Amino acid sequence: MADLPRPRDVPEITVDTSLPPEAPRPRRRVGRAGEFLYFAARDRKIFVSLAIVLALLLVAIVGPFLREYGPNEYVGPGMQPPSSEYWFGTTTFGQDVFVQFVHGLGATFFVGLVGGGLASIIGMTVGFVAGYRGGWLDELLNMLTNVVLVIPTLMVLIVIVAYVNARGLLIEAVFIGCTAWPWAARAIRAQTMSLRSRDFVDLARLTGMGTRRIITGEIAPNMSSYLMLTFILLFGNAVLIAATLDFIGLGPTDGISLGLMMNNAVLWSALQLGMWWWFIPPGIGIVLIVGSLYVMNVGLDQVFNPRLRKL
Amino acid sequence: MRRYFARKLLFYLVTFFVAVTIDWLIPRFAPGDPVTSMISRVAAQPEAAAAMMDYFNGTFGLDVPIWQQYLNFWTSLLQGDLGVSIWLFPQPVTRVIMDALPYTLALLVPAVLLAFWAGNKFGAFAARKRWLDGAVLPLGYILTATPYMWLAILLAWLLGSVWQVFPIAGAYGFNLAPAFTFQFAGSLLQHWFLPFLSLFLVGFGGWAIGMRNLIIYELDADYSRYLSSLGAPDKLIRSYAYKNARLPQLTGLALQLGVIVTGALVTEVVFSYPGLGWYSYQAIINQDYFLLQGIFLFVVIGVLLANFVIDLVYVMVDPRVRLGMEGG
Repeated sequence: MADLPRPRDVPEITVDTSLPPEAPRPRRRVGRAGEFLYFAARDRKIFVSLAIVLALLLVAIVGPFLREYGPNEYVGPGMQPPSSEYWFGTTTFGQDVFVQFVHGLGATFFVGLVGGGLASIIGMTVGFVAGYRGGWLDELLNMLTNVVLVIPTLMVLIVIVAYVNARGLLIEAVFIGCTAWPWAARAIRAQTMSLRSRDFVDLARLTGMGTRRIITGEIAPNMSSYLMLTFILLFGNAVLIAATLDFIGLGPTDGISLGLMMNNAVLWSALQLGMWWWFIPPGIGIVLIVGSLYVMNVGLDQVFNPRLRKL
Repeated sequence: MRRYFARKLLFYLVTFFVAVTIDWLIPRFAPGDPVTSMISRVAAQPEAAAAMMDYFNGTFGLDVPIWQQYLNFWTSLLQGDLGVSIWLFPQPVTRVIMDALPYTLALLVPAVLLAFWAGNKFGAFAARKRWLDGAVLPLGYILTATPYMWLAILLAWLLGSVWQVFPIAGAYGFNLAPAFTFQFAGSLLQHWFLPFLSLFLVGFGGWAIGMRNLIIYELDADYSRYLSSLGAPDKLIRSYAYKNARLPQLTGLALQLGVIVTGALVTEVVFSYPGLGWYSYQAIINQDYFLLQGIFLFVVIGVLLANFVIDLVYVMVDPRVRLGMEGG
């Protein structure tokens, strides 16, 4: 059914014959995007979760400008509960928890974006190639995927990061990206295999299109919503992995992150001293971001998949 | 049947081989020769340095060709020799791990099994029940999005520090020595409960959500609709849906194992619970690389074994796999 031109597309196609053949396609996608937007706007899950993520992003961007000092500077008396001057209180050493929190949020978004993005790219490449090419290449890539899937990669990361002393956010994100991809590759491989034998792909192959163009031009666009959901989940995973690494003291040594805040709070007995303002905000930040992403995923799934829509 | 398990076994052997190779490679590609610097830190204690150098020459021995180093590493590994811990010198790494292992297993095994069982049951129960579903969904998503250590921190703070119901550090009271007494067992249980609860809750949320989504999917499937159009009782349809839905959940358990184990490790750190996690944290702080690498190998072996067990269970609960093997 989806292959039939809808009535409103017809005039566009007749008008645009002078344009390159690709031209009508983006315009038809606007129609589909409009349909998605219509359902996305009606979905409360997407609205709320998107609002939370954007609000936190805003805090991460604007927050650092609200105070003129850095996250690790000693700015006031130690162990102060939240007050009008120190919104989230201070640490044992007099660092401003609010400033640490906003900088940590920024680091979290960065790791999620870079780590999740890199994992998506690797996962897509492996998944597409294995699923489309098949044969021995598929066997090999599938074996690789399964091995990386079964090995506790977080433990590998811990050992690697413990050895590599130069630690920055970027390195951490790259390490995470290089190990978090396997399940995405497996899922995309399965999707690609189901698309591989469809008529339009056969047709593209008959016209002599190269493998790369078939994958990027025919297969990927037909599972773009799926790829987007994959990226969202990988984003959330990267955030959780980074928090774990930071918590055991393997995070960036030169900055601050939400996991590192929790690590410091535990290390300096904030639990026993009742300094709840030190360890509550970083956890809430992570839960809000990751939880919103998970909920957004469910909502988007309903938008992209008409069978799940509630009318 | 034999072919199926032979394939699985081969795969796990390959994975183990890869993991050991990675374990061997990391120190060699790390910049600045951290192993030598680690050993030079103990140079003040001559006998410590001598023991270190001994192991170092045996497994890292840089005067032999690289393939020989690799073989040496395997030889000492298969002999159970993972080197000497620097932090806990002169204890061998294997001893340290063997002391810590029971605590981690006592935490991990009940938490994983109970969370999986209870989460699945509850998720299946809540699916398609309007009032429950509305509560399960947000709660479940919040629990799965919670970093393990943060839930542990919250529980330790609320139940341990504010209300002082449970102790929050160690595996038993500081005034006790391990003995077969009721007092010691009680103290052990008391210290065990909070880390267990925190691990259990995160897992519970995830499995409940997964099961709920799967059940809803299964209840929409043709066989369910056909059954209900025949007038079959809701309970029967749900029991069929549950049987189908637990297969992907089982696969999910296998895939999640690595994450769960790491979750247990950071939970131990929060509660200073003397299992593998707390020791690896100490190993990181004290730059005791041999101990850290030894723990890594043990975790790998544990995860691989657990995967194999899940494969066995899968064969038992999925009649298609079972019949396919018996018929073929």
